[in-house]
Amino acid sequence: MSKLIKSQGPLLALIGLVILFSVFTDSFASPSNLAAVLEAAAIPAIVAIGLTFILMQASIDLSVEGVASLANIVLSITVANSVTSTDIGLWAVPLVLCVGLVVGATSGAVSIYVRMPSLIVTLGMWLTTVGLAALLYPDRLPQILETRITSLAIDKQWGLSWIVYLTFLLIIAATLVEKHTRFGRMSRAIGENEPVLRMSGIKVNHHKIAAFALAGGCYALAGILLGARIGVGNTQSGVGLLFPSIAACVLGGTLLSGGRGGIRQSMIGVLILVSLRNGLIQIGADPLLQSALEGAVIIVAVAGSTWHLRRKIRVIK
Amino acid sequence: MTTAFSLEGISKRFGEVTALDNVSLELNEGEVLGLIGQNGSGKSTIMKVMAGLHRPDTGIIRVGGKVVQLRSPLEAAQAGIGLVHQEQSLITSLTVAENLFLDKPAGSTSLGFYRWANLRDRAKHQLDKVELDIDPFTPVSELSFGQRQIVELAKVLSLEELVHGHMVILFDEPTAVLNPPEIQALFGQIRRIKHRSSVVFVSHRMDEILEISDRVYVMSDGRNVATRDKEHVNVDELYELMVGKQRVNRTDRKPREAHIGAEPALTLKNVTVPGEIDDISLTLAPGEILGLIGVQGSGAETILRTIFGIADEWQGKIEYFGAPLTIDSPAEAVAKGIGYLPAERKTEGMIRNTSVSENVAITYGWQHGRGAGLISRGKERGMIEGWVRKLAIKTPSIGHRIDNLSGGNQQKVVLSKWLFGKTLKVLMLDHPTRGLDPGARGDLFAVIRELADQGLAILLVGDTLDEVLTLSDEIIVMKDGRVSARITDVQAAPPSEEELVKAMV
Repeated sequence: MSKLIKSQGPLLALIGLVILFSVFTDSFASPSNLAAVLEAAAIPAIVAIGLTFILMQASIDLSVEGVASLANIVLSITVANSVTSTDIGLWAVPLVLCVGLVVGATSGAVSIYVRMPSLIVTLGMWLTTVGLAALLYPDRLPQILETRITSLAIDKQWGLSWIVYLTFLLIIAATLVEKHTRFGRMSRAIGENEPVLRMSGIKVNHHKIAAFALAGGCYALAGILLGARIGVGNTQSGVGLLFPSIAACVLGGTLLSGGRGGIRQSMIGVLILVSLRNGLIQIGADPLLQSALEGAVIIVAVAGSTWHLRRKIRVIK
Repeated sequence: MTTAFSLEGISKRFGEVTALDNVSLELNEGEVLGLIGQNGSGKSTIMKVMAGLHRPDTGIIRVGGKVVQLRSPLEAAQAGIGLVHQEQSLITSLTVAENLFLDKPAGSTSLGFYRWANLRDRAKHQLDKVELDIDPFTPVSELSFGQRQIVELAKVLSLEELVHGHMVILFDEPTAVLNPPEIQALFGQIRRIKHRSSVVFVSHRMDEILEISDRVYVMSDGRNVATRDKEHVNVDELYELMVGKQRVNRTDRKPREAHIGAEPALTLKNVTVPGEIDDISLTLAPGEILGLIGVQGSGAETILRTIFGIADEWQGKIEYFGAPLTIDSPAEAVAKGIGYLPAERKTEGMIRNTSVSENVAITYGWQHGRGAGLISRGKERGMIEGWVRKLAIKTPSIGHRIDNLSGGNQQKVVLSKWLFGKTLKVLMLDHPTRGLDPGARGDLFAVIRELADQGLAILLVGDTLDEVLTLSDEIIVMKDGRVSARITDVQAAPPSEEELVKAMV
């Protein structure tokens, strides 16, 4: 039993939360509300997928919001829109994804070859991409007129938008990468014991840059989907993505010190956070109280899930 | 018999310290060479040179008669040389199979995805060789230490399929974490692989060396002092050789007159730290120097760390001036008057990139302040300068950066950090003279003696035999976490060095 709590703590917390809200409200467990939970979880989940590999390798990436905003702006001014005359159609999607990959790879490469902590490099990259997004912003708010983009959020199949299905596909793909590719397996190993891997001739640097590039691609995809959802290009569109996605990874058990956790755990973390936010609204909690409660829950949950490790983690930074 | 591998005139220096001094070694095909020596005799350095982890400053390495350069573990592996680590080279969150082929990824993936079935078969084959019956997809974290050690061996033996010709397998203290049946299983494996490999086996335990080796190679002070065939081994001679230069000059020796307090300052009763020390009892009185000595991993350091509140879990009783001592953190130990000079001077002892004065004042500076947490620079300065004079610390000024001092002077600065306190009653010294030159050692010896004369109770873990023999009033020899010998009245009737070594290995 105690082993179950140790290994499946976050999952049990999620189940407990769902049961709690289902009992105390009539609305939480309704199909339409559960669909709303999944819709709200989709974009943070995509960001968390990218972050998970970075966190497993014991690095961190703070550039999420800047990259997503930049991606959102680049998308909105290259597809059919209300302000600029450029229209490259759906080619905008690979273009934007490439922007994300390049930004991510740059963060990773600078961190490794200039030997700077990823915390600082990505903090700088965050501001850089926010600035780039502002520079690219045209005079007026660009409405996205490309219906093949906006329909991703609007068209529903069995009550869920394409965004949710796309997220499911991405989760499956990321799980395969995590469990069955050298990159995925080595990512966890790098977080646990990087020196041994280096001594064994593993190309640790390549795996690290790959993780940052992959994550950049994920943030860019999040920026595209945000554009689909809000229908405009906005330099602030990515704001608010960083905290829930990092918190979700940590909640699920992907420790910032590396070597533990994974996609499954991070996804559970996302669902815990989104359910909590949704459930608090359903029971009519004061919105001001919500963020205080969210913060407290994260601290308590992480303390609980790492309690059995506290002797092993000597120095906390 | 043909020579499979040889070292000729290998020297290696680390800063001021000569780790290997013109060492030569010949390894015949199919033989097990047992490597013995005390701590710091150069055993692990020579293993690291052979495994491609260290590059020698001078000397030649030959494999099968051909001169080779071993620039990395990978190059050593290509030459057929594999090092079986103590266990820390396994990634515990990965499976056994992945660990086995970590450094030989060729063929384990297709289109970027792992070929699990193929990996399982290949891993199974390797595990069969060492007769380890576990699922290749077990995570290493679920294995016992003994099993991990066998996996380490399997990882090295998987070289077999990659290298044509003879192999050299190096074992660096493989038995340290094993229990007797596991040790016998490991010996079985070593005998099995002899037909196509030569083995170098390092151990702290004399009985193991004698059991498994065909020849014994003795190191002392970075040199090879003797090589003996199994048939001609004289155990007493081996002990004598291991002592080497660490012999106390008995004619010039000045015994210390200790004024030992009647009431013990520190009493340990049946103290056990699971897996590290077992049922340790000792008493230490004010004015007494108690010397602990043992090979690496014997548990001597653990005793100090337990008293200081750094050990994880322990059972037993510790009394401090008659009252039970419960310490959960170094801060509590310091508040109660117990000081600890760690072995790792550079990481645990001194604070780099700060001045001498800051290092001295860091722990007890507040005791000389103005009260209410305010420090008194002037008073502090005077006291620090006093200690610098008293210990003859060679520094241009007390504002000088500690990094620029020599090792011996750095150690004196760290020592004065503890002496700065008014409340210090017990001082624990963990390998205080490690890495110091003979002159600095002599200085430090004098300081330690004087401190005991002033009534401080001193618990010392010695690096060398002469250190404990010169300083201690009582010596406790540790072996495998237990007390293997106690010698009282050391100053009046000192034991022979061989007696100590015998109890250690």
